[in-house]
Amino acid sequence: MLSRFFDGPVQLGIAQAVVTAILALVVVYVARRRDVHLERETVVALVRGFIQVVAAGAVLVVLFTGPSWVSGPVLVIMTVAAAATASRRARGVPGAFAISFYGIAGGAGIVIAAMTWLGVIDSRMASLIPVGSMIIASSMNSGALALERIRSEFTSNVGYIEAGLALGAAPAQVSAPYVQAAVTAGMIPRIDTLRALGIVWIPGLMAGMILAGSDPVYAAIYQFVVVGMIYASSGFTSLICSLLVRERAYTPADQLQLRARG
Amino acid sequence: MNKREQVDGSQPALQTRHLSRVVDGHTLVSDVTLSVGSGEVVAITGPSGSGKTSLLRLLNRLDEPTAGTVSLDGQDYREIAPGLLRRRVGMLAQRPYLFPGSVAENLAYGPAAHGETLARERADESLQRVGLPGYAEHDVSRLSGGEAQRVALARSLAVEPEILLLDEPTSALDEAARLGIEELICEVIESQGLTCLIVTHDRAQAARMARRTMLMESGKIADS
Repeated sequence: MLSRFFDGPVQLGIAQAVVTAILALVVVYVARRRDVHLERETVVALVRGFIQVVAAGAVLVVLFTGPSWVSGPVLVIMTVAAAATASRRARGVPGAFAISFYGIAGGAGIVIAAMTWLGVIDSRMASLIPVGSMIIASSMNSGALALERIRSEFTSNVGYIEAGLALGAAPAQVSAPYVQAAVTAGMIPRIDTLRALGIVWIPGLMAGMILAGSDPVYAAIYQFVVVGMIYASSGFTSLICSLLVRERAYTPADQLQLRARG
Repeated sequence: MNKREQVDGSQPALQTRHLSRVVDGHTLVSDVTLSVGSGEVVAITGPSGSGKTSLLRLLNRLDEPTAGTVSLDGQDYREIAPGLLRRRVGMLAQRPYLFPGSVAENLAYGPAAHGETLARERADESLQRVGLPGYAEHDVSRLSGGEAQRVALARSLAVEPEILLLDEPTSALDEAARLGIEELICEVIESQGLTCLIVTHDRAQAARMARRTMLMESGKIADS
């Protein structure tokens, strides 16, 4: 219907964005009526997300015409931004930003490097940056979930942790159930994505490839490859973040130092 | 100096010298010097917030002193690996904090942490000793408060500590369970000849359980 009133693609896009934002604001309104407050987070996220993605689109147009080595710095900048976002879920954890960065850089970095080297990801910038950004974003989400979960597991199970330490158990043994819970929490969206692939969810990448004229079977297989890469990077990131938090949760004398702040 | 030192000149089982802990400018424990002889039972009483639990947590190094030293049989405890130290200095907390699973799994946790397997016969003996015969396969989520604290005591003893720290071990229980646990702890300490430090706000309980009582106020030992 909107296309009847807006001619140019930019005008149409803006109109579609406005309608989408209104829909999101309806959620805020309904939630507010039920005493659930999402106003600030939603408005900030909508405005920020819109500006960022439009700016990224403009930058990509320039980047895609540049030399391929530029992909490296771009992916590093994306990783730093992702680490800053994920670390907000780990307030109170010593060195939260560094943990997020190592987790995302380790998880996404291993997968991007290995798959580019194997030729699964095309090393041309027009392919590497979009696929790399998907992998980094997914690592960011998993890292944030794992960090939030392990922080809350540690701070709400102080008595059990110290009961184990008081028996002479090592931090790794005492923390094992909480690390398990955190890694699982980080992986749940990815596991569900794999399970629902093709049934509940027809991913955009696959649809785009088919629309662009690729063989539908190859598009489907490549989509599975991308989801598999996302799964692997998320798994590495969840594991690295959880284990790094575990390392920093204890002093060298095996004393628990990660506690809820009053 | 405690009685045993005076008699045979040996090192006390547990000794602190000028022990202090300050957190964010708040003094929790201040300049505490005490010694407990082997097989001696000592109680520390005092009002809430006087630093009793903070002191106890320094003795098995769950917290780090900001000044002073603790020694076991004359050895500075910082020279002992934390896991081994806590095996030698066991602790029973106010709440049992049993791990999800069966009673037997809880009893086996400590020995497993030190690479040992708790034989089923030993687990059954431990449960017999704490008045819970036949409870090995019971799920801990179904235990009463008193039963859970008995299991926690058996779990603490399963690693065969030389010294047992008791932090208000009956304060979370009702009256009937409290007296039962108190009697049980006294029996176990007596039968095993354990060196024991009990923290309690209840002076009558301290008098019943210990041969020597110290009063703690504002982080300091005020009277002994």
